[in-house]
Amino acid sequence: MSRLRASRFGGQETLDSVAGAKTRARDTRAHVVPTPIRTRLLKTVAGFGVLLIVTCVIAPLVGSSPISLARVFDRSIPFSENVDAQIFFVARMPRVVAGVIVGAALATAGVVFQALLRNALATPFTLGVSAGASLGAMLAIVLGATISAGPLSAVPLACLAGAAIAAAIVYRLATMQDRAMSTTVLLLAGVTLNSFFSALIMFVQYIADFSQVYRAARWIMGDLDVGSFEPIMAALPMLAIAFAMFAWLPSSLNLLSVGADAASARGVDVGRTQRLAFVSASLATAAAVSLAGPIGFIGIVVPHLVRLIIGVDHRLVLPASALFGAAFLVVCDLAARTLLAPLEIPVGVITALLGGPFFLWLLVRKG
Amino acid sequence: MLHASELSYGYSSGRHTRSFTLDDVSVTVERGSLTGLLGPNGCGKTTLLNLLSGVLQPAHGQVSLNGISLAGRSRRDIARHLAVVPQETHPAFDYTVMEMVLMGRHPHLGTFELEGPSDLALARDALAATGTDHLAGRAYMTLSGGEKQRVVIASALTQSPEVLLLDEPTASLDLGYQLEVAALLRRLNRERGVTMVLATHDLNLAASLCDRLILMRDGRVVAQGATRDVLTASSIRRIYDVDADVSFHGAAGHVTVTPLRRVQ
Repeated sequence: MSRLRASRFGGQETLDSVAGAKTRARDTRAHVVPTPIRTRLLKTVAGFGVLLIVTCVIAPLVGSSPISLARVFDRSIPFSENVDAQIFFVARMPRVVAGVIVGAALATAGVVFQALLRNALATPFTLGVSAGASLGAMLAIVLGATISAGPLSAVPLACLAGAAIAAAIVYRLATMQDRAMSTTVLLLAGVTLNSFFSALIMFVQYIADFSQVYRAARWIMGDLDVGSFEPIMAALPMLAIAFAMFAWLPSSLNLLSVGADAASARGVDVGRTQRLAFVSASLATAAAVSLAGPIGFIGIVVPHLVRLIIGVDHRLVLPASALFGAAFLVVCDLAARTLLAPLEIPVGVITALLGGPFFLWLLVRKG
Repeated sequence: MLHASELSYGYSSGRHTRSFTLDDVSVTVERGSLTGLLGPNGCGKTTLLNLLSGVLQPAHGQVSLNGISLAGRSRRDIARHLAVVPQETHPAFDYTVMEMVLMGRHPHLGTFELEGPSDLALARDALAATGTDHLAGRAYMTLSGGEKQRVVIASALTQSPEVLLLDEPTASLDLGYQLEVAALLRRLNRERGVTMVLATHDLNLAASLCDRLILMRDGRVVAQGATRDVLTASSIRRIYDVDADVSFHGAAGHVTVTPLRRVQ
């Protein structure tokens, strides 16, 4: 039975050919090959999924100390005496896993913010959530805070608090005039808040002592050396919630990026979709920053590279960005660990060195 | 079929002031009709279209389709019956024409559902109906103004609506594209029986296309009825403060309006 004929308004189908086309389609359904979007989605997930798996297998094997995969999994050697296994599981695997979830979170948050703001140059850090998180981290470092909540230590906890305050301020400002969210106010408030929090961060650093400033500066460069799986497990529930919310968004983001009125006319609850997009992307950004610091450019480089490869449909771009963002950050971290080994470059420096020129190229290309 | 009774709506420009109100508006759109919505800038045409499409909720009164109120219905449910064609559409990303047209299936698909063969058949049918099937693989942003508007109409048709609401669909188009889109709308209305409500400033377009007209001024309906009864020199003077010559044009086959002077 046609979805249209099951009308709650009792209306009759007015487009004769609509019913005809549906009947024809049903008649020929057995002969129809999988629809393009289904095929494209399968190919996209398979392609980027394989890339991520290959990256995750290779990355922990490479580093300043060469290790053997056979020796890593050699059960005849006790773990306490198996240096290769210790390097693999204790030093490198947590970094790889952190790279996967932080890369996926920042890349998808970038996709969502770009669609929400209808601005291809938006990033997860555009709306001040990251600056709020950074200010929280700075205060925790400088004040030497020792509070903790479950697996969350002081710095990530302060990060999340700062991100939540920033998100709440921006959201409140964007919804002050109306129940619907003003994306223009959202963008302007975010940019302003970014500058305001950056000034506060500089002030906090100015009044801090040398060792605190060094620690703060190191944190702000971004770092995936999380030390163990514990901080990852602490960030995981927030990321799981954010990704579950992302799953509801792709087709609505397509329409939202065409325009709020167009989206509403096509059946999107614009207010609810905007809130869902803002909260989920802010949550993913906050969780990623609390785990690894503000690693820049992932949220803009990855979505645009993905769009160049597979097009702009968010039903493809969102999962592809998650997988490619994860692989991209793992590779960047690999470069950070190995390029000047035994010296380690902060991963944020690598992503910025790659992302900066890419961003400028994007601006020139758009212009 | 589409009926609005005693609609009121106000836009607030500040905490205590109201910059615009739509007052006590009642209109009826018959099934299969092509109804024109005329009036000067700021008279409430777009607001009325948004109320008819359920995008805005009236402060008072109600809109009903086939006797059933839109109030309390989800956006998705309403969009299965009413489609909107805006004046211009500017996507933020470079969607293909086929992707733009398939977005019309959104209200008919579940949250996690991808469009299937029947949806693709509908999209191809709409592309053929609007003469844009050869553009399916093109990027929407690379099309001309007339092609873009025809693609947006195709997307609205893919929504399988009972009623198509068009907000100044030819406003930004040159004369050639205006005629092209007008011919398309006439054909869709006559051959497919699509009910349409068309807001426009182009009185000659309205005269050539519409069988009924609704005239508005200052948020109120001034007159509504058959085009030949409503589109007169006196009604034009009443809503636009303009003296005009309204006469039948033999070659065009409909009345034409020639504005003469502004009435102070």
